[in-house]
Amino acid sequence: MAEIVFKWIVFFIASILSIFSSVMMVTRKNPVHSALWLVVTFISLAVLYFLLNATFIAISQVIVYAGAIMMLFLFVIMLIHLEKGPEEIGKMTVSRIFAVVLTVLLFVEILVGVYFYRAWTVKPEPMPFGDPKTVGKLLYTKYLFPFEIASVLLLVGIIGAVVLAKRRKM
Amino acid sequence: MKEYLGILIIILLSSLVAILIVGISYFLGERKPKKVKLLPYECGMTTIGPSRRRISVKYYIFAMLFLIFDIEVLFMYPWAVITKDLKLFGFVEMFIFIVILLIGYFYVWRKGALEWE
Repeated sequence: MAEIVFKWIVFFIASILSIFSSVMMVTRKNPVHSALWLVVTFISLAVLYFLLNATFIAISQVIVYAGAIMMLFLFVIMLIHLEKGPEEIGKMTVSRIFAVVLTVLLFVEILVGVYFYRAWTVKPEPMPFGDPKTVGKLLYTKYLFPFEIASVLLLVGIIGAVVLAKRRKM
Repeated sequence: MKEYLGILIIILLSSLVAILIVGISYFLGERKPKKVKLLPYECGMTTIGPSRRRISVKYYIFAMLFLIFDIEVLFMYPWAVITKDLKLFGFVEMFIFIVILLIGYFYVWRKGALEWE
């Protein structure tokens, strides 16, 4: 009983925090502040993964998203100019209208999906389902080939990064 | 789920320490802000132009490479948990995985992408 109450409290805090931090992330004017709020969103999502017994996903969320991908975002913010003049803020451009329409469409799609698949009735899988041990046992025996292919994918990523960012010698 | 309680305790303890460090210095420290003190400092000179300049794309390659090798380490984590059960088979498959990524590492090295020019 105490465990259920405890889980509910953790769920409540994490879900409120994730919504709050994502709203904060969208509304900040300073892009670096948005990036920091996005870290909070990622970490509270990791807590939600924990509650769904997907512990390996939660750990990778923290290591890859809150760690490496956020660093990449910060680098991109530093690489491009984001300081705009006051005349550009609040202007209705075609791309902005398109973005709003697309966002609303995707949100409606999520709502329809939640309704049709009855997402509120989904229960988390029992405990040893998502922890690193179970994931490892499947990944390194049954799904061995996809695992090795993943290394080739990462190799392609390395080569792509070098080709894009390395200045060619004249 | 109980074995992960340690993570919660560490999160609470580390945020408590962070709050204490910032909070104590905030309440005990003396602050006398002046206009000169609040100005951005740049070698004693008055700052010229926007403070946020564009940064060379050279930094981006380090971020990308960090991301890729970070994912490599992430793959090692479930492997390390069960490496005793997998025995030699697990060793060989992780060896192949790392060799493929090592090819990429040597490619980066040969291309001179790790050098700062």
